[in-house]
Amino acid sequence: MSQQTVSSTEAPGAPRSGRLPKINPVFFVLAALLVAITLSNPNFVEPTGYMNFLKRAAPLAILAAGQIYVIVSGGFDLSVGSLITLTVVGSSMLLNNNADATWWVIPAMYAAGLAVGIVNGLVVSFLRVPSLIATLGMMITLNGAAFMWSSGSPRGYLPETFRFFGRVNIQGIPLIQFIPVALLVLLAFGSCLFWLMHRTNLGRMLHAIGDNPRAAQMSGVPLERVRITAFVVSSLSAVTAGILLGGFAGVSTDVGVGYELQAITACVIGGAQLLGGRGSVPASIAGALTLTAIFTLLNFIGLPKPVRDVVQGVILIVAVVLATYRRNRAGGT
Amino acid sequence: MSTPSPAIEMRGITKSFPGVKALKGVSFSAYPGEVHALAGENGAGKSTLMKILSGVYRLDGGAVIAGGEERLFTHPLDAIRAGIAVIYQEFSLLPERTVAQNIFLGREPTRFGLVDHAAMNREARRVLSLFGSAHRIEADTVVADLDVASQQLVEIAKAVSLDARVIVMDEPTAALNEAECEVLFGLVDTLKKRGVAIIYITHRMREITRLADRVTVLKDGETAASFDHVPEPDVIVRAMVGRDIGDFYAAPATPQEIGDVVLSVRNAGNERLTNITLDLRAGEIVGFAGLQGAGRVALAQAIFGFSPFTEGEVKLAGKPALFTSPRYAIRAGIGLLPGDRKAEGLVLMQSVTDNGMLTARALSALAGKADATPFASTDQMDGLLQDLDVRAGSFSQEIKALSGGNQQKAIVARWLALAPRLLIFIEPTRGIDVNAKAGIYHLMRDLARKGTAIMMISSDLPEVLGAADRLLVMRAGELVATFERGVSEADVMLAATGEEAVAA
Amino acid sequence: MNAATLIKRLPSRIERYSPALLLAAALLIYIAIALSLGLTRFLTPEAAISILNRSIALGMTAVGQTFAILVGSIDLSVAHLISASAVVSSAIMNGDPAMMVPAVLVVLLMGALVGTLNGLMITRLEVNPLIATLGMALVIQGCLASFHGKFGGSVPDAFQFFAYGVVLGLPFSLMVLTLVVVGAWVVLRFTRFGSNVYSVGGNRDTARAAGIKTDRVVIASHILCSLCASLAGLYLASRLKSGSPWIGTEGAYDLESIAVVVIGGTILSGGKGGIWGTVAGVIIFSLIDSIFNLAGVDAFAKQVMRGIIIVAAVAFYAVRSKRIVA
Repeated sequence: MSQQTVSSTEAPGAPRSGRLPKINPVFFVLAALLVAITLSNPNFVEPTGYMNFLKRAAPLAILAAGQIYVIVSGGFDLSVGSLITLTVVGSSMLLNNNADATWWVIPAMYAAGLAVGIVNGLVVSFLRVPSLIATLGMMITLNGAAFMWSSGSPRGYLPETFRFFGRVNIQGIPLIQFIPVALLVLLAFGSCLFWLMHRTNLGRMLHAIGDNPRAAQMSGVPLERVRITAFVVSSLSAVTAGILLGGFAGVSTDVGVGYELQAITACVIGGAQLLGGRGSVPASIAGALTLTAIFTLLNFIGLPKPVRDVVQGVILIVAVVLATYRRNRAGGT
Repeated sequence: MSTPSPAIEMRGITKSFPGVKALKGVSFSAYPGEVHALAGENGAGKSTLMKILSGVYRLDGGAVIAGGEERLFTHPLDAIRAGIAVIYQEFSLLPERTVAQNIFLGREPTRFGLVDHAAMNREARRVLSLFGSAHRIEADTVVADLDVASQQLVEIAKAVSLDARVIVMDEPTAALNEAECEVLFGLVDTLKKRGVAIIYITHRMREITRLADRVTVLKDGETAASFDHVPEPDVIVRAMVGRDIGDFYAAPATPQEIGDVVLSVRNAGNERLTNITLDLRAGEIVGFAGLQGAGRVALAQAIFGFSPFTEGEVKLAGKPALFTSPRYAIRAGIGLLPGDRKAEGLVLMQSVTDNGMLTARALSALAGKADATPFASTDQMDGLLQDLDVRAGSFSQEIKALSGGNQQKAIVARWLALAPRLLIFIEPTRGIDVNAKAGIYHLMRDLARKGTAIMMISSDLPEVLGAADRLLVMRAGELVATFERGVSEADVMLAATGEEAVAA
Repeated sequence: MNAATLIKRLPSRIERYSPALLLAAALLIYIAIALSLGLTRFLTPEAAISILNRSIALGMTAVGQTFAILVGSIDLSVAHLISASAVVSSAIMNGDPAMMVPAVLVVLLMGALVGTLNGLMITRLEVNPLIATLGMALVIQGCLASFHGKFGGSVPDAFQFFAYGVVLGLPFSLMVLTLVVVGAWVVLRFTRFGSNVYSVGGNRDTARAAGIKTDRVVIASHILCSLCASLAGLYLASRLKSGSPWIGTEGAYDLESIAVVVIGGTILSGGKGGIWGTVAGVIIFSLIDSIFNLAGVDAFAKQVMRGIIIVAAVAFYAVRSKRIVA
């Protein structure tokens, strides 16, 4: 865009003209929710308030940033919740209360995540099992594996070295006083995924295969490779989220329960098109923050926790209906 | 015509789709006991008009009058109840159901509230017997097991069994051979005698002469001409095309322009193709004619590696070229513009530039920069799109909103970025405005002049005759004839249908 | 041309019998294991009935799911609806035999309501069926969790007849399931509605062009699907004496019912398949379960293998298709 000087006044037919930066509505919704939270709880503007919010939201945000890869490519990854559980349970089993083992346990978990992602991708690409079924099957299998490994009752706790990522705040930062390591992880992971999705060929290929796999194939896109990569990214994000959650939640066999649907909901709130073709990493992260903000707000208002599920279900459907409505109005098929 | 009031009348129908004005005030009527032919090129609005008549689409303006009163059809059921039956070209039969089940779709005969399968099969056999013994179709066969012609006849039986007052036939002979056509024509005569109004859509002049009482020609969503008699074929053709054929197509290749063999196929075949031998040369546009299902698209897909050859020898620029996936074929320098742009060509939700960049990016490293591939940068692509005169508000807008011609040019740009040796066009002008068609023909010629070998597959026979330098005819998976430029439409049809032995 | 098309169709002819082949294979493995372990008491007619009896709830759910999938949709809310039905029925009955009829009516009504809502979301709001029913699942789960605790209750002994009663030497529940299966078969084979289900699932545009009110067919199929799930919930409440909010999800009835339908040869995109295939699928699953029990596989390992078997079963059908899935 920099070298060539096609001026935007050359319309019609001039490229890149009139491209008003369209702001995704999710950012306005998020801003409104944050204002609402601040009004109901003024402490929120203190660093401890918003930093803790961000820290709590980080695992879901990371998960959503990974899930969006699979959604843009046209599928779903329902195995991420169980992979979180496996990461937490598996780490505690491998660590066995030995802090020195952290350095190899974490790579081992990433290796497991890589394997899960590859298997998901292979099953969908080559066995042609719809990702919904394939990853649900993976979910059952991984949950079973986590139970089997821990004989149903995980023991022990995770050592501080492992919990560092999820729990520790780095103190003494000017202006904001402290910054949680979890937030740094989110920033690093998020910018990586942003770059990969929005600046590389991979990102455009993901959009293409989600939009129209047949056309993509006829244009030479290596469908299988791209699809497998999407599942791998999603699985690695689940492992990362699992490591963070291991930091602030304890070890149990239900840490990951429900995260797959929350991640999908976050992506949908972020304007992602289900069954592929459209979606953005920052918007999905914003969607995750929005969902967390809604839960926080419900909490402040004093609504019981189960209401969350109802709200989440309704949000999921409403977001999809709104997206369909907007699309139909914009014209198209 | 003794009957005073029409069985069906459409007045000033308008209909728009996003980006296209499909119908601009078309009027049309059909009287009981007459055949009213509706002619026009692809994309002239014939199918849209009939879909409004049958309640599939809702009209934007105008009125439909059936049985003397104005009707608003919001669901096909409304049209069926008003006595209108349509034989569609597309979405028509359920392949997994039997012939009888398809004929009585949605109105199965029942006894005590339960579907009476025996009565249904009996009734289906009765309707099918109208075709005579020439073409036997069993009522309990699964439709997927029938050949294309039989499926077309089932489709016709479905409409006939409705006992409709108006029957619309949308190019019913596309898949039929001569004998089957005669069966159909006899049936049309029978229906006519019974007082059924028949709207017959076709662009074959022979059928219009044989069957029609009146003719209406549509062009670009408007009535171009309407005749109360059947005029000479060339009068109809002129109304359809609306211009001199001369400047419509680009000038043919001169002998000097035709270069070396780019692709050579020897005795190749797969489950749908037998014994294919052909040479495609640089600078030459080779047209492929044949009936629906004759194997033209299968041949393109085999060359392109989508459903590969399983035997024989293929060489691209002298190197072995039996590709097993489009990706390999593309790498070696073959491009393909699919016939169904929406289903196989475009990524509709992405921008015009992204659509153009698709193949360039697909062949580059996954982690490489999306804006600067080794084949083309986005800026170069935008320049290319401009050179091809792709009209869009902005190249960063979704390609969905562009017209068919501009979408097609964006796909052409996709391949130009790769500079392929061989470019395969399947139905290059389907769904494209008449004016934009000429642009596509000239574009193909320009590419050929630059040394690309062009393979052109089209069901629009006049188009292939006008645009190609050489014409190959396929039938039942085989190449059956080769014609030089200037051959008559009739000779090609004879070769394609196989009625007479044709010497090349 | 004709010969070529026939050859092309041959694999699908084999496909028609593959549920039966799979069933035979599972049966043979079961018999082989029982014989090799010398457990001949597992080969009696009583053992056969107990195998069938193990899958009553799955069978009922799967019959409903067959309708949803045949019409080209899918229902992921069945597991939660089963839980809700079990909890609500035991709460309403609360040990009182007089409340049995009202409870059953309320539960079936609830099922019909859920099915209607699912159908309306899918047809009128054009929400993707996966998301619509997933959202519904979340809503039901949330409602259950918020109201659980306030609900206790258990079913009266009389109601347990549903699960444990024996009529003419056969389990009553098995007879109910048989009735449901035969009913579903009659509907699909002999009613115009059944025919419409196939048509709409096969190609919605074709069905619409033939004058079928496709929306109604989709909604009705979802109502039948939800009713079957509610019936399964009632059965589970009767068997376990009280409903728990985890009954449905623990049994993974959503995924298992889909898997069973697919193993039975009904294609996921709709329009092709049938109820007898689903029955074969259910029996195959029961046999697999029984094989695990015979072989003494532990509960968690069983879960791991189940996940793998489900995916493998779907792959068995899907792998030959040229369609690209995501």
